[in-house]
Amino acid sequence: MSSTAINHTLEHSGHAHDDHAHHQSFLTKYIFSTDHKMIAKQFLITGIIMAVIGMFLSILFRIQLGWPDQNFPILETFLGRWAEGGRIKPDFYLSLVTIHGTIMVFFVLTAGLSGTFSNLLIPLQIGARDMASPLVNMLSYWFFLTACVIMMGSFFTETGPASAGWTIYPPLSALPKAISGSGIGMTLWLISMVFFIASSLMGALNYISTILNMRTKGMDLWKMPLTIWALFLTAILGTLSFPVLVAGVVLLIFDRSFGTSFYLSDLVVQGQILPQQGGSPILFQHLFWFLGHPEVYIVIMPALGITSEVISTNSRKPIFGYHAMVYSLIGITVLSFIVWGHHMFVTGMSPFLGGVFMITTLIIAVPSAVKTFNYLATLWRGNIRFTPAMLFAIGLVSFFISGGLTGIFLGNAALDINLHDTYFVVAHFHLVMGSAAICGMLSGVYHWFPKMFGRMMDEKLGYLHFWFTFIGAYLVFFPMHFMGLDGVPRRYYAFTEFEFMKEWLTVNTFISWAAIVSALGQVAFLWNFFHSIFYGKKAPQNPWNSNTLEWTTPVEHIHGNWPGEIPTVYRWPYDYSKPGSPVDFIPQTIPFSETMSSNFSHDFEGNPEAERIQLEWQKNDEAERLAEDKV
Amino acid sequence: MLSMAKVPLEQDIQSLKPKKFLMWLFIITSCMLFAALTSAYIVYTGGNPTRGIKVHLPIAFLYSSGLIIVSSLTMHYAFKAAKELQLAKQRLFLGLTILLGFAFFASQWIAWTVLFESGAPFVNSNASESFIYVFSAFHIVHIFAGIGMMAYTYIKQNKGIPHYKNMFNMELTSLFWHFLDILWIYLYVFLLLNQ
Repeated sequence: MSSTAINHTLEHSGHAHDDHAHHQSFLTKYIFSTDHKMIAKQFLITGIIMAVIGMFLSILFRIQLGWPDQNFPILETFLGRWAEGGRIKPDFYLSLVTIHGTIMVFFVLTAGLSGTFSNLLIPLQIGARDMASPLVNMLSYWFFLTACVIMMGSFFTETGPASAGWTIYPPLSALPKAISGSGIGMTLWLISMVFFIASSLMGALNYISTILNMRTKGMDLWKMPLTIWALFLTAILGTLSFPVLVAGVVLLIFDRSFGTSFYLSDLVVQGQILPQQGGSPILFQHLFWFLGHPEVYIVIMPALGITSEVISTNSRKPIFGYHAMVYSLIGITVLSFIVWGHHMFVTGMSPFLGGVFMITTLIIAVPSAVKTFNYLATLWRGNIRFTPAMLFAIGLVSFFISGGLTGIFLGNAALDINLHDTYFVVAHFHLVMGSAAICGMLSGVYHWFPKMFGRMMDEKLGYLHFWFTFIGAYLVFFPMHFMGLDGVPRRYYAFTEFEFMKEWLTVNTFISWAAIVSALGQVAFLWNFFHSIFYGKKAPQNPWNSNTLEWTTPVEHIHGNWPGEIPTVYRWPYDYSKPGSPVDFIPQTIPFSETMSSNFSHDFEGNPEAERIQLEWQKNDEAERLAEDKV
Repeated sequence: MLSMAKVPLEQDIQSLKPKKFLMWLFIITSCMLFAALTSAYIVYTGGNPTRGIKVHLPIAFLYSSGLIIVSSLTMHYAFKAAKELQLAKQRLFLGLTILLGFAFFASQWIAWTVLFESGAPFVNSNASESFIYVFSAFHIVHIFAGIGMMAYTYIKQNKGIPHYKNMFNMELTSLFWHFLDILWIYLYVFLLLNQ
């Protein structure tokens, strides 16, 4: 009800907005913008910059892992003390993996992915002029940028950035004496994360409120594109899980700075007994993973939503099992809150509790498999167009399967005793949430680039980028499974010290080469992206012949999105290749009265009057055709 | 903000509804934060006899509870006054609520000193007792936010903003303040049960 009421009143605003659109200064248009489309671009470009930094860090530690005995004087030129004699120091190696993980999980795949596509697509696809609170939306971006700057700032401190892993387990993260990165670097990490959480929450609250309150006329929940469903449920996950991280992080700050002992007990550092007694480090893991596990779904669900949309559009077929897709997203959302214990199987948890967490974890395979099969069924006998966006969407499905299968291994409490903290885990999550989510994100970038910048990206470079990324990611992460099965632990600085790991050195060199080559492949994307913003081919209004509302807005962005009234929605977003229709797509804004030849009776469920009109039309149509045949 | 003046009034009023919904969502995040903290307490204490709250809760916490309940009442009167367009009365009761908010802070402060003196300091090898400070400190941060909102509403109303905006401010502020009241009662009862 509420949505329709709002739209009546918002209808007037289109013109009012036009009048003062010209008076925007550079500062209000590009910097302190409250327009959701501009904020989306800000999130995307910041996310891309952070991704490049994160990738660069990974190349640095891949150099160490691939060639542990070799010196690279150039490293010393750039990194100074942290790579004396051209070799990365162990402490700095740990900083590299920590910041790589933090950047990729939070800054790229949470803010860069959700931030970009929630901001861009929510108002455009549900038919709203802007977010519930554009001001809070702007603040969300600025908090995010502040978090990025602080996190990067920790590279310019004397003791270096945080190095306790992206999961910052105490006591390592709580004691500045324990490792140099736990000094000022860790403090900056925590401050940065507080800003980041504030940013995420402001964003998520806005997304939920906008979706629930500001949909255009006719856009009921079951007519929403799957992107919106995914972004909506992602925002709910964030709203419920990020506050828990706040609790965990603040208690850690108390332990670090005030001498409390929530997490610390019985510690001896450099021969000195520490005063903290009675704390429980496991408590931190509970608090962390209560966020941490939903977080991996915060990362993957928007990517799944984008994939649904891209695969359906480019297969020219309705998405297979729309309702099942929504229910499986809801299932994943609910289940994600009761599986965090599978990260803690080897903490001395009671085997009974471990069994419970194992069962809930394995149940997640069900909605995930439903989604996978629905993607495959959508592709099945589709009229597939292999655009770069489509390739990346298929890439997501591939990574989601190959990475998801190993999740079933790791979810088993008994198997996890062997596999825990080995490269098997690294392989698993880099495929299922790393590569899959980044493929979803890139798919979204290629698909909605015309909407964001009014220009097209170059297809050939897109294909080049895809194959480098797709093959590269498999070459990097697949061999890691075997290392993990052999017991090679993660986070180790060099494998030359252990006899049984020496044979993996050649594999490590191979992985490092694969990583370097696929990183170079990303240059194709960066060039394509930034070049096309200015010099790309001008985009038509609806380049992919898509059904959703965003393609009904003008190519030139205006504040308020639609120049006149917001269009009304009459149908679901997946009427591709509908039998009886002369065209292969019917946008959501076309009423059924204009598509009499392709209407089905189930389009009018519960509306006998409409069914009667349809039947009458069909009778007349048949009679006409018979008459024509006779002539 | 400049553009707001040009936008039709009716639309401006309508755009407030999703904003009010934001406050409800914020309350949910707050609930999650305190649910996490109190669960952390339960997980930490978890049947271990050396842990748990070994001291009597200061009587000042009881006074705090009384103060915040009374402040909820005055807030309700302020809201009613605003609805009936009795602006002076609205300011009076808002002012009272602000004062009670500060009194609440004072009583919490007293409770902390009493706790400290009775042998349950914040830096404590029995972190169950540290949790008392954490609960009430997190709550106090919210209280200051609430006082800030009340001050904002008060000042804006004094400047003579349109009635619908005043009502919007009042709705948000009172919603948040009543939530803080209930939240404190929850925390107090939680502590009493774990004493």
